[in-house]
Amino acid sequence: MALTRIPNATELVASGFVARRKLLSRVMSVLLFISAALSVFVTTAIVVILVSESWDFFAQVSIIDFLTGTMWTPVFANPQFGVLPLLLATLQTAALAMIIAVPMGLLMSIYLSEYANPKVREIMKPALELLEAVPTVVYGYFALLVMTPFLQKFIPGLAGINLLVPGIILGIMILPYVVSVSEDAMRAVPNGLREGAYALGMSKWQVALRVVVPGAFSGITAAFILGMSRAVGETMILAIAAGQNPNLTFDPREGAATITAYIVQVSLGDLPHGSLAYSTIFSTGLVLFIMTLGFNLAGFYLRKRFREAY
Amino acid sequence: MAFTSSGNLSAAEISTRDAIGAVNRAKRIDMVFAVGGILVMVIAMGLLFTLIGDLVVRGMARIDYDFLTSFPSRRPERAGILSAWVGSILVMLTTAFLAIPIGVAAGLYLEEYARKGWLSNIIEINVSNLAGVPSIIYGLLALGLFVYGLDLGKTILVAGMTLGLLILPIVIVSTREAVRAIPRVIKEGAYGLGADQWQVMWHYIIPAARPGILTGAIVGLSRAIGETAPIITIGALTFIAFLPPAPISGEFPFINFDWLTDGFTVLPIQMFNWISRPQAEFHVNAAATGVVLMALTLSLNGVAIWIRYRLRRAHHN
Repeated sequence: MALTRIPNATELVASGFVARRKLLSRVMSVLLFISAALSVFVTTAIVVILVSESWDFFAQVSIIDFLTGTMWTPVFANPQFGVLPLLLATLQTAALAMIIAVPMGLLMSIYLSEYANPKVREIMKPALELLEAVPTVVYGYFALLVMTPFLQKFIPGLAGINLLVPGIILGIMILPYVVSVSEDAMRAVPNGLREGAYALGMSKWQVALRVVVPGAFSGITAAFILGMSRAVGETMILAIAAGQNPNLTFDPREGAATITAYIVQVSLGDLPHGSLAYSTIFSTGLVLFIMTLGFNLAGFYLRKRFREAY
Repeated sequence: MAFTSSGNLSAAEISTRDAIGAVNRAKRIDMVFAVGGILVMVIAMGLLFTLIGDLVVRGMARIDYDFLTSFPSRRPERAGILSAWVGSILVMLTTAFLAIPIGVAAGLYLEEYARKGWLSNIIEINVSNLAGVPSIIYGLLALGLFVYGLDLGKTILVAGMTLGLLILPIVIVSTREAVRAIPRVIKEGAYGLGADQWQVMWHYIIPAARPGILTGAIVGLSRAIGETAPIITIGALTFIAFLPPAPISGEFPFINFDWLTDGFTVLPIQMFNWISRPQAEFHVNAAATGVVLMALTLSLNGVAIWIRYRLRRAHHN
């Protein structure tokens, strides 16, 4: 067996080894940068596609009519393009989801962060994570085929397709996410604050409500805002259980199409690309994107604030 | 301290009593909080487990060999999910192949290369916003860009690219977290021995971050398997009674990529299709598809949680 001699530095430079390594390092850093920049490209592409595809639409329908109209009938002989029915259904289901998720989420995260013993927490955290992974089409199945028939026995006038049940299921769906973000925020409150409060004679619930919750306030708010963003953008639960009929209503027992359900309905149909009715999926998509963008940015800044605070 | 004949209590006694009362009250409120927390958790979890249990009971009876090896059909008792699970697997392969390398590269850049400044700030805000963009918007992006812009059609490739973009933020964030957790001394030691930046990444950072990256990639893929909305938006057919050409064959060149440009269906689309039918027999099929889908996503997530658990134990020891 021949021993190869380890080359010295001069020989390495002369053989081009060093130059090759330098080149590889340069090339790789450029490739990595391109990959990171791709994410910016995706956002730009989303905006460009949504705006350019709905450009023709807004040339024919004024933005004022679009945002204030109460009739959404794109395929009628005399089409009306008022987005309010879709928007109202979207916000109504999201609000129902928040009515479920805010109190339950707050109680659960206070319990997990302040009361639960480490063993319970150790089991609950991964369990919550598993629940986050349940596909939304499965939640849609629950809403339409299990929960609605069940609740129809108790709630008079509850239609087979309604806003109430998908709203509740939506709340359950975002619950694991809301709990895990707000629990993280509560755990980030330094223990020194808790100990100081205990030393002053505060009891557990006082520490939880007067020290931990205020201390983690921006993080908790972020959790709910990001949860709201998910509820607004959720598609399958609503397309399945809230119906695909635009309907301006304040009665959650009735069905009504949300923005996302409407986009699904058009995608499943056979409207030709380029028609005015077809371009509505991009104009309504733009409304949805702007709404969730607002929620996401607010959530981002609030989360960043609690991270910096401690 | 003196007892008076009139039976009045001294100030000290009153304050002791108040204090005991206050402590008892605090304990009661604590009790309410603890019980309330457990109750809410039991209600939420109980509801979900009931629903999942119901799905499994309804669906399991329908799952057999024929169900897994038959194409969809107009007759519910003969319909199966062959094209759906094959489609899901092929789409997943494409998604993984695109999203994992790009996501890891982007995460590595943001954590190790980028200098703090406006550019890295923008990229960071951007990634966190992308993570919250509704999946249906990715579908509209794919429809405008891939289907109509680049004229790629409603193919497995387009579905893979769409879901790849969708899970990119998940892979990026988990890569960054994994890289951040690596002790500085490993990196500094390597630099000290004369390694250049890429050598440090390739030989030290990426191997050390591998379990964390893997966890993120698996979680991302499990999310992609369950996604329905973006696939509907790109206009994927729901009735597919054929299989794409096999990726591996016995003849030269053994591997082909024809399947990338084929039409397809996936499990969640098939489930949605069956839920939307009026006949109860199709709902049983939907439940069975749901069981298969849940088994896939939950086992993927289980693996991810297990990897992370082991990783944490390794760090503690």
